[in-house]
Amino acid sequence: MKINSTPPPELTPSIECHPILEAQQLAGGYTPAQAAVQGINLELQPGEWLSLVGANGSGKSTLLKLLSRVLKPQQGVVWLDGKAIHSQPARTIAQRLTLLPQHHTIPEGITVYQLVSLGRTPHQPWWQWELTQCDRHAIATALRQTELATFADRPVQNLSGGERQRAFLALALAQNPSVLLLDEPTTYLDIRHQLELLELLRSLNQCQRLTLITVLHDINLAARYSDRLAMLHQGCLWAIGPPANVLTPTTLHHVFGIQATLLQTPVGLQICPLAPTVYSASANEVG
Amino acid sequence: MAMLTSASNFLPPGRTAHNLLRVGLMLLGLGLTAIVALAWGSVPLTLAQVGQALLHQGDVTHQTIVWDLRLPRIVAALLVGAALGMAGALLQGMLRNGLADPFILGISAGAGLVAIALLTLGIFQAWVTAGAWIGAVVTTAIVYLLGRSASGLSIERLVLGGVAVSSLLGAVQTTLLLLADDGRVQAALNWLVGSLNGRGWVEIGRAFPYLAIALGVGSLLGRTLNVLNLGDELAVSLGSSLGRSRLLIGGVATLLAAGAVSMTGLIGFVGLVVPHGVRLLVGNDYRWVLPLSAIGGAWVLLLADLLARIGAVELPVGAVTALLGAPVFIALLYRQRRPVL
Repeated sequence: MKINSTPPPELTPSIECHPILEAQQLAGGYTPAQAAVQGINLELQPGEWLSLVGANGSGKSTLLKLLSRVLKPQQGVVWLDGKAIHSQPARTIAQRLTLLPQHHTIPEGITVYQLVSLGRTPHQPWWQWELTQCDRHAIATALRQTELATFADRPVQNLSGGERQRAFLALALAQNPSVLLLDEPTTYLDIRHQLELLELLRSLNQCQRLTLITVLHDINLAARYSDRLAMLHQGCLWAIGPPANVLTPTTLHHVFGIQATLLQTPVGLQICPLAPTVYSASANEVG
Repeated sequence: MAMLTSASNFLPPGRTAHNLLRVGLMLLGLGLTAIVALAWGSVPLTLAQVGQALLHQGDVTHQTIVWDLRLPRIVAALLVGAALGMAGALLQGMLRNGLADPFILGISAGAGLVAIALLTLGIFQAWVTAGAWIGAVVTTAIVYLLGRSASGLSIERLVLGGVAVSSLLGAVQTTLLLLADDGRVQAALNWLVGSLNGRGWVEIGRAFPYLAIALGVGSLLGRTLNVLNLGDELAVSLGSSLGRSRLLIGGVATLLAAGAVSMTGLIGFVGLVVPHGVRLLVGNDYRWVLPLSAIGGAWVLLLADLLARIGAVELPVGAVTALLGAPVFIALLYRQRRPVL
C-alpha cells in the first residue's frame, strides 16, 4: 500500500535543554541492500519517556537497536550527550545507555543475584574478579526497586514470566544507565503484570529521571504511560508527539489499517478499534 | 549439596569460599594422584624411595626412573590435561554448545592432516610436533574466516565451518592412511590416538611457557563468557564487542588445544567431559568453570595415564580417555536431566 498524503508535522514540545539522545537522518537494517528504517530524526530530553508504536515489521525494534549501538547504522548519526555513539567504545556507551532485548537467553542455573550482578560489567575493569562494595550497592538497589530482594537466591529459570522480566530489568538497572531502551517489555505478561511493570518504569522515570524509550505493541498502554509517541510506518517516522496529537482516526487508519474511535477515559486518551479498514472503500488513496 | 549451595548463593563471598574449598580439594586429589603416579609402574617404588629420588639421593636407577621417566610424563599429562580441559570449557561456553570440544573448530583435522602426511610419507619426521601445531592453527584461522558475518562472528557459521573443514581434511587424512605402508600406518595411528609415552623435558620445556601464559589468559576470560552467554544483543548492551571477545576466546582455546595436540597427539574426551563435570560442581559461572576445568583436565589425564600404565601392555592414554570418557559422559548427561532444586 502506498500512501500519498503527507504525514502530520512534528509535534515536539518546545526544547528547553540539550537533548540526551538524538538521531539524525538515521537509516539501517539487517541487509546492506535494504534499510529497514530510514530518515529517522529524533530528539529525547532527559527524563522523557518515548514509546515507539507501529504495525508489525514497521522497524520499531530495528530503530531501537540502531539507537543502542547493537546495530550499526548505514547512514546517519546517533548522539548521546552530544557525542556520536558509534565512534565511542562499547563499554563507555554501556555505562550510560542500555537496551533490554525482547527475547532473553537465560544461562542454565543462573540465580537472580548472579544475573543482576552481570549488569555491573561495564563499570568493572577487566581484571576485577569479585564484586566491589559499589557493585553490591547497585545490585541491592536494583533488586529492591524491582521487588526481587527475596528472590536473589532463586534460579531465574524457575521464575514466572513477570518475575523473569523484572529480573532482566534489574540487570539493566544495576548497569545504572541514564537512558534505558526496552523492546516489548510487556510481551508474555498478563494484564496485571503489564501494569505492574509499566508502573515500575513510571516511578523510575519520574523519581530518577531515567530516560526511557519503549517499544510497545499495546497502543493504549503506550498512550497512557509515555510522554510522547513515535509512530513508525514502513520504516519511516510517520508522526511524533504527545499521544493526543499522534493518535487520530486518520493516523490509525494509515498506519495500522484500522477504523477506530478515540475515547477520553480516566487514564487519558484510549483508542477503541472498530474494524480493519476495508481497502476497497479507500481505493482512491491507493496509488 | 543442594542445600549448601542454596545457603551460600545469596551472598557472593560465601560462594567464593565454597568454590575455593573445591579448588583446594581438587588440587589435593591432583597432588595425591601425582605421588601415586610417581611410585607406580613396572618398577614399584615406596614413598621413601620416591622422596629420596626426588632429592637426587639413593639408588641411581630410582633417580633415573623418577626424574627422566615418570616426572616428565606426569608434568606432560598435567599440562596437556589442563590445556584440553580449559580449551573445552572456553569453546563450550563461547559456542553455547555442550557438544563442543577443543577440536570442534578443525584443530584435530588440521593437526591430524599435517602429522599424518609427515608420518605416512616419511618426510620431515622431526617436524611432526611443529607441523601439527601449524596445521591446527591454520585450519582454525580458516574456520574463523568462514565464520565471519555482518554482526562479527556467527556461532552457527563457526560450528558448521568447523564441521565442513574437518570432514574435508579428514577425507584427505583417510586417503593418506589407506595409501601408506603398514609400518607407517602404525606410527600414524599411534599419533592419532594420543599418547604420553616417551615425552621428555625437551618437549615440556618447549611448550611450557606458552601453555602457561595461555592458561593464565584463559582464566581471566570467565567474565567475558558470562556476559556472552546472555545472548548477542544483551552482551553488546553490556559493553561487549562480540567479534573481539569471540576472537580472543577462540584464539586462546586454539592455542591451548594446538599446543596439547602437538605434544601428545589427539587425546579425546577430556576437553568434552571435564567441563561438564565441573559445571555440575560449581554451576555455570565461567569465572570458576575455566580454572576448575584446567585443574580437572589435568587430574583426569593424570588418572587416565595411570590406568593406561597399570596393565601388562601399556595402552595409549587416548584410548583410555575414550574408553572411560564415553560412559562417564552418558552418566553426566543422565544426572543433568534430573531437576535441580
